Amino acid sequence: MSDTAVHSQEPQLLEVSIGPQHPSTHGVFRMNVVLDGETIVKLKPVMGYLHRNHEQLAENMSYLASMPYTDRLDYICSMTNNFAYAMAVEKLAGIDVPERAQYIRVLMAELTRLINHTLLVGFLLNDLGAFFTPTLYAFREREKILDFFEATAGSRMMCNYFRFGGVKADLPAGGMEQVKEIVKNYSRFLDEFERLLTSNEILRSRCQNVGILSKELAVNASITGPILRASGVNYDIRKVDKYSIYDRFEFKVPLGKVGDVYDRYYVRILEMRESIKILQQLLKQMPEKGEILSAKGAAAAKSPRMWKPPAGDAYGRIESPKGELGFYLVSDGSPKPYRYHVRPPSFINITILEDMCLGQKVADAIVILGSVDIVLGEVDR
Amino acid sequence: MFGFGVLKGMSVTLWNFILSYVYPKKGITTVQYPEQKKEVEERFRNFPFLVYEGAPDNMRCVACDICSKECPPKCIYIIPEKDAQGRVQKKPATFDIDYAICMNCGICEEVCPFDAIFMDHEYELAEYERLSSLLYHKEDLLKPVEHFAKIRPTDYGRIEATRAAKGVKGRAQPVAGAPPKPAETQQSPPATS
Amino acid sequence: METSESIFVVIKKAILGFFHGFLPDWTVVIISILISVTAIVIFGPVTMMFLTWLERKVVGRIQNRYGPNRAGIFGLLQPIADGVKMLTKEDIVPRAADKVTHFLAPVIVVIPALLVFSVLPFGRGMAAVNLNVGLLFFLAVSTMSTIAIFMGSWGSRNKFSLLGGMRAVAQMVSYEIPMVMSVVPVILVTGSLSMVSIVEAQLGGKWFVLTPWGFFGAIVFFLCGVAEVNRTPFDLPEGESEIIAGFHTEYSGMKFALFYMAEFMSAFAIAGLTATLFFGGWDGPLLPSWLWFLVKSYAMIFIMIWFRGTLPRFRIDQLMGFAWKLLLPFALLNIFVAALWQMLPAPKNLIVSGIAEAVILVIVFFASRKDSPKKRTYVFAD
Repeated sequence: MSDTAVHSQEPQLLEVSIGPQHPSTHGVFRMNVVLDGETIVKLKPVMGYLHRNHEQLAENMSYLASMPYTDRLDYICSMTNNFAYAMAVEKLAGIDVPERAQYIRVLMAELTRLINHTLLVGFLLNDLGAFFTPTLYAFREREKILDFFEATAGSRMMCNYFRFGGVKADLPAGGMEQVKEIVKNYSRFLDEFERLLTSNEILRSRCQNVGILSKELAVNASITGPILRASGVNYDIRKVDKYSIYDRFEFKVPLGKVGDVYDRYYVRILEMRESIKILQQLLKQMPEKGEILSAKGAAAAKSPRMWKPPAGDAYGRIESPKGELGFYLVSDGSPKPYRYHVRPPSFINITILEDMCLGQKVADAIVILGSVDIVLGEVDR
Repeated sequence: MFGFGVLKGMSVTLWNFILSYVYPKKGITTVQYPEQKKEVEERFRNFPFLVYEGAPDNMRCVACDICSKECPPKCIYIIPEKDAQGRVQKKPATFDIDYAICMNCGICEEVCPFDAIFMDHEYELAEYERLSSLLYHKEDLLKPVEHFAKIRPTDYGRIEATRAAKGVKGRAQPVAGAPPKPAETQQSPPATS
Repeated sequence: METSESIFVVIKKAILGFFHGFLPDWTVVIISILISVTAIVIFGPVTMMFLTWLERKVVGRIQNRYGPNRAGIFGLLQPIADGVKMLTKEDIVPRAADKVTHFLAPVIVVIPALLVFSVLPFGRGMAAVNLNVGLLFFLAVSTMSTIAIFMGSWGSRNKFSLLGGMRAVAQMVSYEIPMVMSVVPVILVTGSLSMVSIVEAQLGGKWFVLTPWGFFGAIVFFLCGVAEVNRTPFDLPEGESEIIAGFHTEYSGMKFALFYMAEFMSAFAIAGLTATLFFGGWDGPLLPSWLWFLVKSYAMIFIMIWFRGTLPRFRIDQLMGFAWKLLLPFALLNIFVAALWQMLPAPKNLIVSGIAEAVILVIVFFASRKDSPKKRTYVFAD
C-alpha cells in the first residue's frame, strides 16, 4: 500500500461542480469551484445551458416580432427590455414618441426597477440562508405591481407592452389610482423590509467586506448597474444619456464606498427609494390625456412583416435594473434586421465572478453570485 | 450590541405572524386556488381563439394567413377552404394553433385586419400529453363573439364601433388596402410538426 | 386536578398492579421498563410529526401564508400524508456509496435522539429514569448524533455531503463546550446532576432564568442547543443554499425521514432541557405538571421556528468565532457570577451578581466591537 498521499504536504483540493442543478445558482448556472477546505482557490463560471439563440432568431423575423422575445431575456424585468429594444428601433427608423407614451414608459421602467431590486434582495437573503421570509415579503409587494402590469399590458411577466413610437395601449380605467396606491405604500414596505434586514447583525457580518470589487476592476471589466455604483463609480445611464424624459425628474444616484455585498444590497435599497421619488414626480407631471402611439409608429405596428426601416445602424441603451442594457441593430433596408445584438448586463457583470470570489468561503460565493444579480435568460440568451 | 438588529427583524416577523391571525385580509396574501380564483383583468391575454357570429360556420376569419406569418414562434397553421372547382374560398379549412408553442404575445390579435382572432382569458389548460392534446383545431378554437363581448367589454365596444364605421356587418368583407391573397397560402407542413 | 396531575403515573401503576396479580416480581420490573420505553418511543415520533406541522404552520403564517391546510382540519393530517409519501418513495443509494455506512447512519442518528428523552422529567414523577447523572447522560448521548451524521456524509460519497459532514463535526464539537459550560452554574447552585432534583430546586417559581446568571446562562445554553441540533441560524451542515442538503443530500425516502425525525426530536429535547434547567421544568400553578412542561418546551420550539422564519445563516468561520470568542468566555464568566450568587447571602447576591453580569456584558461588548459590523454611509451623486 502506498502512503504517499497521506504524507504529502500538498493541501488536498476538492473540486466541486456547483450547478447547473443547485438550489441557489439562480437558474441553470454552473460554477466549477476548487476548494481548499471551505476556501475557494479557483472558480470557473460555466454558462450556456439556457441558450435559446435569441439573436439569430431575431435576425430571421420582423422587427416587431422580436419584441415578445425580448420579454424573455431578463424575465423579471420585461418592461425595461422592451424599452431598450424599442429605443434602438426608434433610433434606427427615426420614430418619435408622444409625450404621454414617454411618461408611461418611464412609469413602467421605474416600477420594473422596484420589482427587480425587491426580488433581488429577497433572493439574496435566500442565498444567505433565510428561510424564504424576505423572498415572500418581496413577492407580496411585487404582486401588486404585477397586477397593475396585467391590467395595463395584459400579461404579468411577459408584458410585450412597448411598441415602436409608443406603447401598445393606454393605462386602463383606474390604472392611475392603482399606481398611486403602489407608490404611496411602497416606501412603507421598504421601511419594513429594512427593519427586517438592514440592521440584522448576521446579515451585516455575512455581507460586509465580502466579495469586494474595486473601482478599477469594475471599470476595466465594463461592469454597469448597481454593482458598479456600489463600488463608488458615478455612472447611471439615466443621468449620462438622459434618454427618454429622465431629465425632467429630480433624483440622485446612490454610491457605495467599499464595493462589497452589503454595499450592493444597500445601494439597491437606496435606488428603490430614488425610484419612488421619480414615480411621485412622474405622477404629478403626467398629462391626463394624449396620444400613446405616434403616426409613424402606428404605421410600423400595422403590418410588421412589411415595415422596412431605412438602412443604417443604431444602438439603443437604457439603465435597466441590472445595468446597461443595449440593443445594437444593423438594418439593410429589409423588413428583417441584418444584425441584431444584445448587450446584456447580467452576462458582462458575471464575468468578474472569479475575481470577487477568490479566497472567500463557499457560502460567500453563493452570496456574491446572488449580489451580482444575474438572470440566466439574459446571460445565455 | 450584538443582537438588537436581530431582535428588530424578529419583531417584524412576529408582527406578520400575529397579523395573519387577527387581520387575515392584510396578513395573508395567498389565494386558495382551486376554490377561490383571482379575477383576471380585462386585458389579460392567454391563448388566442377564433370568433364566429351566430353559427360556428359563420366565422370572421378569411384565411388571409397574416397572423400565421406575423406570429413570432410560428404556431398558427392555416389552409383555406376550396370549393368543388378548386377555387380558394375566404374561409379556413384548417386552422390549427399549437398552444404548446404559442407564447401569448398577442401579435396575431393586433395584426388581424378582420378582427377574427382574439386572446382568451382561459388559463386552465393543463393536459397529460403535450403534443396532440395541445394542438387546437378550428373546432376547439371557435367561440361566439358574445364570449368576446363578455370577457373584454371595452375592447368589444371599441372594435364594434370601428367595424360599424367601416361598414362591415356579420361576415367580414375584405377591406380596401389589405386584400387577402389566399393563393399565397403557404403549403409547407405546420411549424408544429 | 389531582387525577389530571398524575394521570400517566396512575395509568402505569394500574397496569403494573394488574400484572402484579399473577406474574413474579422480576417480570413486573421488566414490564415497568417496557412501559416507559414504549411511551418514549411513541412520544418521540409523535412529537416529531407534530413539530413538522407546527413549523410549517408557523413559518407559513410568518410569511403571510396559511401553511398546510389541506389534509385534515388545519392540515393536522399533513405529517401522516408526508409519512406515507416518504414510505412509498424510492430508496436511492449512490453506486459509489459505502453501502453499510450509508445504511447505518440514519438508523444510528435516531438512537441518541430517543435516548435523551429517558432522562427528561416530563412531569412530577414522570422521568423514565431518574439517573443521578442525568444531565451528564443527556449531554453525552446527544453528542453521539455527530458520529451518525458524519457516517452519513462520508458514506454518501458526495462532495456536498462531505462538506456538510465536516461542517457538522466542527460545529457540534465546538458548541458542545459552551453548552456544557453554561450548564455548570445550574449544577453549582443545585449541587446535583439529576434532572429531577434540578427541577425540585426551582419549585415554587424560583426559576433560574429569573436570576442574573440564569438569564444569560439560558440564552447561551439555548443558542448552543440550537446550534447543536443544526437549526437556523446555525444550520450550516445542511445549508440548502450552499451545499444542497449537506449530509443528507444522498438520502431519500424513509432514510431521509429518519434524519428529519432525529433532527426534530433533538430539537424538542433541547427545548425540553432548556425548560427543565432554567425555566423550572414542570413547575407551575394550576395546570398539571406535564402540561406545564409541554407549554414551556413548545414556547422554546416556537422561538426556534421564529428564528428559522427570520434569520439568515452564519458563515462557518463566523459560526466558530461565535462559539469560541463570544459564547465560551461568556459561559465561563457566568460560572463566576453564579458562584458569587451562591456565596453571598440572599438580598445582597442579586445586586452583586447583577452588577457583575453588567460588567461582563460591557467587557464582551467592547471586546467584540472590533469584529462586529459597522454602520455605513452612502454618497448621493447627481
